[in-house]
Amino acid sequence: MSQYYTATDHFVLLPAILLALFGCATLLFDFLIFPEAKQRRWLLVFLVLGEAFAGVAFWRQQSFLLEHGGNLTAFRGALVIDHYALFFHWLFLAATLITGLISYRYLEVRDEHHGEYYGLLMLAQTGMYFLASGTELVTLFVGLETMAITFYILVGFLRADRRSNEAALKYLILGSLSSGFLVYGFSVLYGISGSTRLSEIAAAVAARDAWDPVLVLAVGTAGAGLMFKIAAAPFHMWAPDAYEGAPTMITGYLATASKAASFALLLRLFVGPLGPARESWEPLLAAVAVLSMTIGNLAAVTQTNTKRLLAYSSISHAGYILLGLVAGSPTGIKGVLVYLLVYTFMTLGAFLVLTSLARQGMAGDDINDLRGLMKRAPGHALWMLVFMVSLAGIPPTAGFLGKFYIFWGLIETGHYTLAVIGAVYAVVAIYYYFRIVKAVFVEPEEAEAGPLTVSLGTRVGLAVTGALTLLVGVYPEPVLRLAQMSISR
Amino acid sequence: MTETVFFYCFAALAVAGAILTVTMRNAVHCAISLIASLGGVAGLYLMLHAEFLFAVQIVLYIGGIMVLFLFVIMLVNLEAAARERQFHRSWVGGLLCAGGTGAMLAWFWLRGAGTLRLPPAVQPTPREGGNVESLAMVLFRDYLVPFELASLLLLVAIVGGVMMAKKRI
Amino acid sequence: MSEWFSQPWLIPLIVGACILLLSPLAVAFTVLLERKVLADMQARLGPMRVGPQGLLQTIADAVKLLMKEDTVPAEANRILFRLSPVVTFFTAATALTVIPFSGRFQVTDTNVALLVITAMSSVGILGIILGGWSSNSHYSLLGGLRSGAQLISYEVALGLSLVCGVMMANTLSMQGIVQAQMERGVWFAFDNFGLMLIPTMIFLIASVAETNRAPFDLPEAESELVAGFHTEYSGFRWGVYMLSEYISMFAIGSVLVTLFFGGWLRPFPNVAWLEIPFNYGAPVVIFGGFGLLCFYLTRKQPIRGYALGLAGVGALLWVAALVFLIPAFNREAAPVFWWALKLVTVLYLFIWLRGTFPRYRYDQLMNVGWKVLIPTALGAILLNAVVGMARAAR
Repeated sequence: MSQYYTATDHFVLLPAILLALFGCATLLFDFLIFPEAKQRRWLLVFLVLGEAFAGVAFWRQQSFLLEHGGNLTAFRGALVIDHYALFFHWLFLAATLITGLISYRYLEVRDEHHGEYYGLLMLAQTGMYFLASGTELVTLFVGLETMAITFYILVGFLRADRRSNEAALKYLILGSLSSGFLVYGFSVLYGISGSTRLSEIAAAVAARDAWDPVLVLAVGTAGAGLMFKIAAAPFHMWAPDAYEGAPTMITGYLATASKAASFALLLRLFVGPLGPARESWEPLLAAVAVLSMTIGNLAAVTQTNTKRLLAYSSISHAGYILLGLVAGSPTGIKGVLVYLLVYTFMTLGAFLVLTSLARQGMAGDDINDLRGLMKRAPGHALWMLVFMVSLAGIPPTAGFLGKFYIFWGLIETGHYTLAVIGAVYAVVAIYYYFRIVKAVFVEPEEAEAGPLTVSLGTRVGLAVTGALTLLVGVYPEPVLRLAQMSISR
Repeated sequence: MTETVFFYCFAALAVAGAILTVTMRNAVHCAISLIASLGGVAGLYLMLHAEFLFAVQIVLYIGGIMVLFLFVIMLVNLEAAARERQFHRSWVGGLLCAGGTGAMLAWFWLRGAGTLRLPPAVQPTPREGGNVESLAMVLFRDYLVPFELASLLLLVAIVGGVMMAKKRI
Repeated sequence: MSEWFSQPWLIPLIVGACILLLSPLAVAFTVLLERKVLADMQARLGPMRVGPQGLLQTIADAVKLLMKEDTVPAEANRILFRLSPVVTFFTAATALTVIPFSGRFQVTDTNVALLVITAMSSVGILGIILGGWSSNSHYSLLGGLRSGAQLISYEVALGLSLVCGVMMANTLSMQGIVQAQMERGVWFAFDNFGLMLIPTMIFLIASVAETNRAPFDLPEAESELVAGFHTEYSGFRWGVYMLSEYISMFAIGSVLVTLFFGGWLRPFPNVAWLEIPFNYGAPVVIFGGFGLLCFYLTRKQPIRGYALGLAGVGALLWVAALVFLIPAFNREAAPVFWWALKLVTVLYLFIWLRGTFPRYRYDQLMNVGWKVLIPTALGAILLNAVVGMARAAR
């Protein structure tokens, strides 16, 4: 092609190009080709098609890597494709696809637009692509902002709903603040190394003392920005409001894909270039993790709104995942990846069930709305049980596997106190997850609620997330192999 | 010598403008202070021989964004908002936070000053007498990906802006 | 004494002083030209009373403006009210400093000169908006807002059409742009198999809108807004607004001339044998012709003094024509002459447009700006880039 855009560059960037093109095309076709209400389902087909194309591109990259080994860098070190990035790409792809599938009915019920929604989902995934694949600060930051801005819009997508508006505004303001922190930290990193490429930053950081003041400043500000993005305490204030106000399936998407993408960046930074300074950031992260588990688990106990409850639960999960990073051993990092994978599926599944509860004129996000779900939709109720058990981390579900590896990593590296704290809070978590289970199975049905209408997309989504949650718990071998492959660079 | 004087003038303009932006009561005065602040930053760019950035800063920020700011301020009725003292009530807390953060940053920087390693500034090419071409190489070769991605980001922001503002799309 | 003439700051200083001193005078005669041409188009005589053929009319108007009372509305924001015309004037005058009047006469040439002009014209909007706001009058505010919206909208199209020219020239320096046209031997307006005419036309239309002139003079639509953003201004301050409006016309017209019509180059700049007839013939014909016209008109003057004055003007024009025949002078002055001739042609075009077209409605204005000019300009960039690359590759 040319020296500015080589064949390798194209091969690496292709999935992002496809996603962005399909996203823009969905925005355009919404009013150019499918203006009628009946034709809306074609927009969903477009989303599936776009994901399929991107999937093929990812698959080609994966098979290339498997065949030739090593990894592919492109654009003078701005992007990289390795097994680690591909792990997250597959995760984002699955999350976006499932979120898109379950959204159709919800959007119909809430009388909102379809074209912008599916288009923005794909554009958000494009941003995530750069978070997982970027190895250069500016790319990472612009990718993060692309994703974040898309999420501000998606959170406020229910324009007629005041809670959604409020959530979007809060998320926007706090998100911008955190981006400011992050980019300040990035600028200090640039000052340390004179380059925005992670490889050169790594060399500069390694040459410094772990307690070097400028380095601590960089780690502190960039870390604070990232903690905002993954909703870890004490930077979690936006999460309950944003989760509650957002359309339900966007809450699920926000809790899974956005969090996973931010973790992709976090791991890439802290395990890679900032790794040598572990001495300075390890206590910080440990404190954040403990605080997240404390606040998340204790605040979740008193919630009556299911979405708020799951928001606090997701804060506590962020704490668990951070513990894996604190452990820092290969087991711990593997635990982080496994945890992110299983967390994505079980949380998406839980929100999927909540999404299907939405009816004309009501969001269906109060914990009482779950009452008598066993009678109204036994399938949903059983899947909800699986997700809750898994979220609580009880074997034989997938949630146990994630916690197991995190704790194993902690014990392996001698962080016994942290392991004990984590285990104690896991017990607390069982209480509030089972409040939901109790509402679903034990408490009597509301008078006016009839049986649920379930769309095909919801069925597919439930089957995939539920089956994965169960299967990974019972037969974890493939997932472990995938995670192992991702961390062995 | 002259350079130093100019630097302090522009820096003072930028800082004073920024402070006035948050302390003035009248929204239009705030916007004008912000213009002064942005102008000071533009001057700093000029001192760094980043002429292109200087011109772009003026065209985009002062000529484009701030004009739109003023536009919105004049169209929106700010009388009611001005009477509510919500933002001014917590100025002690705000000042403490700002001062604390500033002191912390200052401490870090004083401890670590002089350890930064920055690449040398791009020298003007002899033919051009400026660095527009070097800037183009940086933007379209070294940082091609973020540059193109930024256009996607702006597209998303536009879509969001239109969506939030319009009643029926 | 002689080392003074070789100082690098001498020419910029002189040119800068000339800009400040001569531009009000040039504005005065542009206004006269406008009134006369409009009158001619409407089959009237125009101003005839002050001076021979009304030649001194605008001078008298300027004196009148200076003598008028300067009022500030009671509830106005005084500081901004006084500051706004100054902002507009200085930005317009600053834009003139990077215009090359010839290869030598120019205040300064930076490598981002074109952007400086754009920057200055966009900062000038602030003076208009703030002037409208600080007057504390509904008409002024609406006029200022309209003006701001219009200028911002058309600035996009203006900037996009500039990009085409910059792509051809490979530089943002104004002298560099003229040099590039000299090297290619063709004005950019006619380059690329005539494809560059598209951005030229877009620039022309957008520059009419940028200078708030008919048919885009919505900000001062008398029938709706009294006088737009400067309704509350009177006397000298109003005069400053008028002055800066015309000066920014000069600046934008000069950009059009420089970027698309060869700047100070004569027509066919690299056909050597045309130098004598063009550089010597054209000034002689034009100055001599106008001199003749003056002598002819002396016979129609009502009083003897006017006839004598007009004869004096005619004589001066003939002297100018003769001075242009001195080779040493011609070498320096011919480029300036060509620049001025092109600029006056552009100004005449502006006036012609004003005399011909009715005013747009506001929504039409926005539609033209956003839905016609900007997409066309983007297409023109694409087209010219592709064709330019193909030509460069060949």
